[in-house]
Amino acid sequence: MGSVKAELLRLWKWPATWVLIGVWLVMTLTFGYLFNYLALNGGTNTRDLSQQQLISSMQPENVGAAVVRGLPMFGGAIILVLAALAVGSGYGWGTWKTTLTAGPRRVSAMAGTLGALAIIVVILVALTLFVNLGAAITVASVEGWDWSWPGVGVFEALGASLLIAAMWTGFGVFLGVVTKGPALAVGLGLMWAIVTENLLRGVGSLLGPVEDLTKVLPGGSAGNLAGAVGGSGAPGVLTDLSGTTAALFLVGHVVVFVGVATLLKVRRDLV
Amino acid sequence: MIVTTEKLTKRYGDRAVVDEVSLSVRRGEVYGFLGPNGAGKTTTIRMLLGLVKPTSGTARVLGETPGTPKALLKVGSLIEGPGFYPYLSGRDNLRVHAARRGVHKTHVEAALEQVDLVGAANEKFRRYSLGMKQRLGVAAALLGEPELLILDEPTNGLDPAGMADMRDLVRALAAQGQTVLLSSHVLGEVEEICDRVGVISQGRLVAESTVEQLRGDTVLLIRADPIEKAHVLIEGSSLHGDVLHVRETDAGALVRALVHADVDVQEVRPLRRTLEEVFFEMTGAA
Repeated sequence: MGSVKAELLRLWKWPATWVLIGVWLVMTLTFGYLFNYLALNGGTNTRDLSQQQLISSMQPENVGAAVVRGLPMFGGAIILVLAALAVGSGYGWGTWKTTLTAGPRRVSAMAGTLGALAIIVVILVALTLFVNLGAAITVASVEGWDWSWPGVGVFEALGASLLIAAMWTGFGVFLGVVTKGPALAVGLGLMWAIVTENLLRGVGSLLGPVEDLTKVLPGGSAGNLAGAVGGSGAPGVLTDLSGTTAALFLVGHVVVFVGVATLLKVRRDLV
Repeated sequence: MIVTTEKLTKRYGDRAVVDEVSLSVRRGEVYGFLGPNGAGKTTTIRMLLGLVKPTSGTARVLGETPGTPKALLKVGSLIEGPGFYPYLSGRDNLRVHAARRGVHKTHVEAALEQVDLVGAANEKFRRYSLGMKQRLGVAAALLGEPELLILDEPTNGLDPAGMADMRDLVRALAAQGQTVLLSSHVLGEVEEICDRVGVISQGRLVAESTVEQLRGDTVLLIRADPIEKAHVLIEGSSLHGDVLHVRETDAGALVRALVHADVDVQEVRPLRRTLEEVFFEMTGAA
């Protein structure tokens, strides 16, 4: 518990935590509500989205889908950056050395970091829900729509959001430990989340096995789970796998990322 | 013994960074771990803290295996400069450290007072001077009233005033009975502060004793005329240019014997090897 408390204290007071959460909230509002609202009111080109689709995506009852659809790619990238920075920076600042000589076992120290990051990620998802719900209610009220509160389905979407966020957190932690620094971890993570998987999906249209592989990669699994719980209309959201299959792959990714990172942390010399 | 190592070795590939080091630190002493840069001091200390796993050999810290919670909770350490969060204040950094050590946050204020950082406790760590950062590192090491304090090059990079402050701090801690293992390549620092010294060179412990023992016996320097006659008269003396060196403590008897033999004695004084000379002899450093 001491390790979680210590990590939470330092992450809570870390400006980067709140900057990244803030950036994500602005992004989700901008792309989820502001642009859709502007398109609905005087936009000249709504592309393949009908007015009814735009209205539906901004309805308070669909806020669960609004939360989960952003996480497979851009939200995930931000969570990955937060985790990679939180773990990788400790090598440059020398704080891992201070942590590991303070008293806790290495596995406890790592559990402390993971526990504190988990709490921050839960806060991020909760804030995303509240901010989106606030925006949805505001738009619905301004437009005079009949609206209703989200049903129990919102819990399914939130559960999926948390699992997706956990996977990206694990990925960030893994990269931070493997690269023993923040810069390379963030660079590699962003490239994977935003570029590599998309490129592989492009190649997948030519090569069947690659296409199958992309469905179960970290971003692919996240996209498929988001698609399965109603997320749509955002980059990275897919509908190739069932929700259960995608969730199982995500759990597998979390176990592998966290497991390998912890094993490395426990076994590797800190020089 | 608070710390013992037996043939402690760390190899990276074929290179032995620490080579069969057997040392011992006694309760209540300030032990100086002396060696040139790259001699293996920090790697040895990292092994004592469980940060680096030995390739072979054993170490016990306060009777425990290094790196285990039982051992670490009794040890406070500052390794190669302080590692703190730059965006947190000194006080918050200590609170984080206290939480990890399972120490109540009220102890933080006492530690800040001990290193004279109360006035700057709310400043961000990144704004601290190097001396303040080092002192905060010592404050963190003192949290939880450790039985052993391990300070690795605590004066590294400090200006003369900062170095003096740090030495005063270590001396004050030693006066309170705190056992300190202090690694350094600054000979004057070790000579001033330490009770016993271990000298490490190229990964091997080449000597371990008190500073006095390391310097060896006092040699008398005698300038006399005629010097050759004095050299013949004093058994075991060695001629160095126009002076004699004699391993003898009874200077009075020597002078009387020379005067009786009609030798003019012009100068008699003890000639002690400095720790620096001993160090250079042992490590081959120049």
